[in-house]
Amino acid sequence: MSPDPDELVEATEPPPEPMLEVRGLAKSFGDTAVLRSVDLDLLPGRVVCLIGPSGSGKTTVLRSLNGLETPDGGTLRAPLTGLEVDFSEPLTNATRNRVRDLSAMVFQQHNLFPHLTVLENVTEGPLRVQGRPRAEVEEEAHALLDRVGLHGKSGAFPAELSGGQQQRVGIVRALALRPQLLLFDEPTSSLDPELVGEVLSVMKGLADDGWTMVVVTHELAFARDVADDVLFLDGGVVLERGAPADIFTAPREERTRRFLDRLMRPF
Amino acid sequence: MDWDLVLSSLGPLAVGAITGTIPLALASFAIGIVIALLAALARLSPRWWLSGIARFYISVIRGTPLIVQLYVIFFGLPSIDVIIDPWPSAIIALSLNVGGYAAEVIRAAILSIPRGQWEAAYMIGMPRWLALRRIILPQAARVSVPPLSNTFISLVKDTALCSLILVTEMFRIAQQIAAFSNEFLLLYVEAAVLYWVICLVLSAGQDRLERRLERHVA
Ligand SMILES: Nc1ncnc2c1ncn2[C@@H]1O[C@H](COP(=O)(O)OP(=O)(O)O)[C@@H](O)[C@H]1O
Ligand SMILES: [Mg+2]
Repeated sequence: MSPDPDELVEATEPPPEPMLEVRGLAKSFGDTAVLRSVDLDLLPGRVVCLIGPSGSGKTTVLRSLNGLETPDGGTLRAPLTGLEVDFSEPLTNATRNRVRDLSAMVFQQHNLFPHLTVLENVTEGPLRVQGRPRAEVEEEAHALLDRVGLHGKSGAFPAELSGGQQQRVGIVRALALRPQLLLFDEPTSSLDPELVGEVLSVMKGLADDGWTMVVVTHELAFARDVADDVLFLDGGVVLERGAPADIFTAPREERTRRFLDRLMRPF
Repeated sequence: MDWDLVLSSLGPLAVGAITGTIPLALASFAIGIVIALLAALARLSPRWWLSGIARFYISVIRGTPLIVQLYVIFFGLPSIDVIIDPWPSAIIALSLNVGGYAAEVIRAAILSIPRGQWEAAYMIGMPRWLALRRIILPQAARVSVPPLSNTFISLVKDTALCSLILVTEMFRIAQQIAAFSNEFLLLYVEAAVLYWVICLVLSAGQDRLERRLERHVA
């Protein structure tokens, strides 16, 4: 007897389509090759943590994914939207915008708009760029602000908030764009230590909700707890990648081990 | 001292300020700021010819005396059959002059806005012009207020030069009364005091404006 066709499909189901597939990403500034060849796969609902020494190009990777930097080589595929980009060819504005639309970014230095209120910071993109109806956008913005513990702050200006609150507004601003994936560039590294936790716990909540995220961070406890994959970037390539438990307890590469040692025992 | 003359000339001088000096300054400033904004944006443009034109304009304005600019327009242009009345001549010359100085102020203000503001604007999907209009210029405007207030105060004083091209503003009226009464010192000091009072009022307004704008800025 042949097996039940349904079961056959089940048994041979291919791995899920990646949300994003980056191959050979390269970027030089003048003579300095910052990214030589970076590969990155992002499955829907997964969290990838990017770690690596200062100057290893972590920010450049995120900026490239958000179209803020123009890589000079490599390819990017987003199968769900049918987007395929070859960075070795000149990047048109239309393509750059399609790349940018995939993701929303949370910056290291929050980069909130100081002349706009918290609510306006959050709704500016959905209203002015995406042209969505104001009532819907504001309702969603309030719900998101409530969710990250900023109830009642919608009329405040960024300068009136603590660093942790500012960064949470930065996260809500990103969420309000309804992106497919979220990019975080060391979102807690310019915060006072006692404010780090409130931001990380919001991020953990998003991961639990199934958001697809790329997080540059030096918070190893967060990476261990939340990341599905950890990528160690060094010398312009991903030197080592794996599950956090493997990388943190048994790094294969000497450089990874030295980097983690320095992080865990700074002096 | 001829107190009667002081008092009787006060009325005509005030009329000169209200119908001459102040409207001349306001109109020239308003037009000048528009010119300045365009020149500043042109100067920041990646198109070399556009920034070249702006650079040339700014350089000429800042590198030549205002009085010469006034004379070129009012006494010079008629030689090529371009005849412009005193008032429009004055407004053209003063606007172009303000435009040249304020362009540099506005350009510096735009450049002072951190790169992260542009990047956040791009991140939320804004194209360059929208980012400029919604995010960068409102912040640059705040930064520009103190130096542009100074430009305006200078402009109020510079309008006195327009008496030389026959615009009936406060200083020209002072000159006329002085010539008529032969009381030069008295009339010119009186005019000086009135300019000073106007500038004191403007400075006070500038202080209040700056304090209001400082409120939400990090
Ligand atoms: N716009 C730029 N121009 C020149 N060099 C740059 C620029 N951006 C980044 N770099 C250089 O690229 C390298 C990697 O930077 P970055 O991606 O910020 O590293 P990381 O985030 O890992 O610290 C650094 O040496 C930095 O000086
Ligand atoms: Mg960085």
